[in-house]
Amino acid sequence: MSEASRIVLSCRDVSIRYRVGDFKNIGLKEWVTRRLTGRYRVVDFWADRHVSFDLRQGDMLGIIGTNGAGKSTLLKAIAGIMEPTKGRIVRHGRIAALLELASGFDGDLTVKENAYLRGAMLGYTRAFMDRTYPYIIDFAELKAFEDRPFKQLSSGMKSRLAFAIASLVRPEILILDEVLSVGDGAFRAKSEAKMREIIAGGATTILVSHSLSQVRKMCSKVLWLDKGRPVVCTGDVEGACDCYEAFLRAPAGTPAAFDPSAIAAKRAAAKAEAERKTEERIRQEEERIRQEEERRRKAAAAVAELRRLRTEVEKLAEVRRILKGGGK
Amino acid sequence: MIERLKKYQFLFEELVKRDFKKKYKRTVLGMGWSMLSPLLMLLVMKVVFEQFFGRTVNHYTTYLFCGLLTFGWFAESTGVGMRSLFANAGIFTKVNVPKYLFLLAVNIQVLINFALTLLVFFAFCAYDRVPFTWKFVFLLYPIATLLVFNIGVGMILSALFIFFRDIDYLWSVALQLAMYGSAIFYTVDNFPPRIQAVFACNPVYRHIAYIREVVLAGTIPSAETHLTLLGFAAAALLAGAWMYKHYNTKFLYYV
Repeated sequence: MSEASRIVLSCRDVSIRYRVGDFKNIGLKEWVTRRLTGRYRVVDFWADRHVSFDLRQGDMLGIIGTNGAGKSTLLKAIAGIMEPTKGRIVRHGRIAALLELASGFDGDLTVKENAYLRGAMLGYTRAFMDRTYPYIIDFAELKAFEDRPFKQLSSGMKSRLAFAIASLVRPEILILDEVLSVGDGAFRAKSEAKMREIIAGGATTILVSHSLSQVRKMCSKVLWLDKGRPVVCTGDVEGACDCYEAFLRAPAGTPAAFDPSAIAAKRAAAKAEAERKTEERIRQEEERIRQEEERRRKAAAAVAELRRLRTEVEKLAEVRRILKGGGK
Repeated sequence: MIERLKKYQFLFEELVKRDFKKKYKRTVLGMGWSMLSPLLMLLVMKVVFEQFFGRTVNHYTTYLFCGLLTFGWFAESTGVGMRSLFANAGIFTKVNVPKYLFLLAVNIQVLINFALTLLVFFAFCAYDRVPFTWKFVFLLYPIATLLVFNIGVGMILSALFIFFRDIDYLWSVALQLAMYGSAIFYTVDNFPPRIQAVFACNPVYRHIAYIREVVLAGTIPSAETHLTLLGFAAAALLAGAWMYKHYNTKFLYYV
């Protein structure tokens, strides 16, 4: 992380209050009667509390945490769809959020019409869509379905189209909510490659994923949320993932046991252990080489001895021949 | 503002296109139906009410059509406008776009519908031997103010619809009431002044009255009438805009 790369996204002490309760899907009449009888219950709860982090250009942040940890809410706030109740989010540059890709399409429109609508939603221009549409439909492998109503597509196909359109974005900040897990195996490989291409293009990326292997493979930073609170936010991806895995396995584990210092300590221990092992291996190798040399030296000595003996024998034979001749 | 408009122009066009396609795609009559239905309504009302009111009103068919045309536009615009925000929840919970785009897009579609009905209306005027004068140009004024009024009311309703889904039913009751209170098939001349003052507070009635004055009496309404119509439009739009602004990030919780 060089000093030259600038901060493109900064969350300062962000807290987001979410409301749940009876207010959803009740009518005006119901609302009035509940208000009058005092049975109107709305519970505010904090979906995220005191989340802070900075992302520099090219960073890839993985957000992990169990369901309901506040990951998606945080993403919505970063994308500007929601506003943080407290704290500040500062963004520098164009932001593209790919949240829950398969929804938001219109079942009655054709695949092509939906593609254009989605492109428009993502802020592309018509010229851009005209130009890239053939590519999109190829990438999604939906050429044969182009003029079919969208509702006739399988859910995998829908996700494929969504991904194909969304992956054309060239934003400074890219938000991915579980979008890499679309389609079948072959498509997934293709989409991951595409994603890597975007990230390699210099985008700062935030990835929410339940696949820890994905986070390990792709991210350079990890934010672990538990019930809205940040447990740890670190560049030590492996360590955080290890701790998170241990937390998931623990029957009644609390994330408190996995605080940053514990992670650091664990990391240090693991590192020391690895170093010790390496040194050991080097020592063993040196020993092996030494033994090998010894053996080689011995072998050479033996060969020399043999040569010496042979010349000796030859000399003796010569002597014997001369003695025989002299005897005649 | 211009830049913002440009930025969302493509999305807006696509939304308008979508609304059109959704409405007309799988119907045989297509746009024909939306012109036919006010005509059928006109026919029914003419048959039923001409006996009662036809004698005192000149050009009763045109009189009736003025009312039906205007009220029909108001009812359709607010009715579809009310659902426009909720229907696009899948979009605005995922992408940060101006939420009024959805309402404006459906209003374009409704406006074009209205324009077609207006053509039929002029045809009827000719058939009914209503004299066309240059003053018909003034019809653009109530059309403009009613468009803004419709959008304002649509904003209020679509915001409320997110919070209370039964606004739907309440609004259809209110529309029914508004229809009877807008003097579509009768005249207000025989009512006492007190009642006439109540009619004067009804924005839809005022628009209908304006159009009738231009079309049937061939006169231009007073400046006070112009201001009143503008006031209605501005009030509705301001209230709607305030609701959209105030609840912009709160709609999300309710869908």
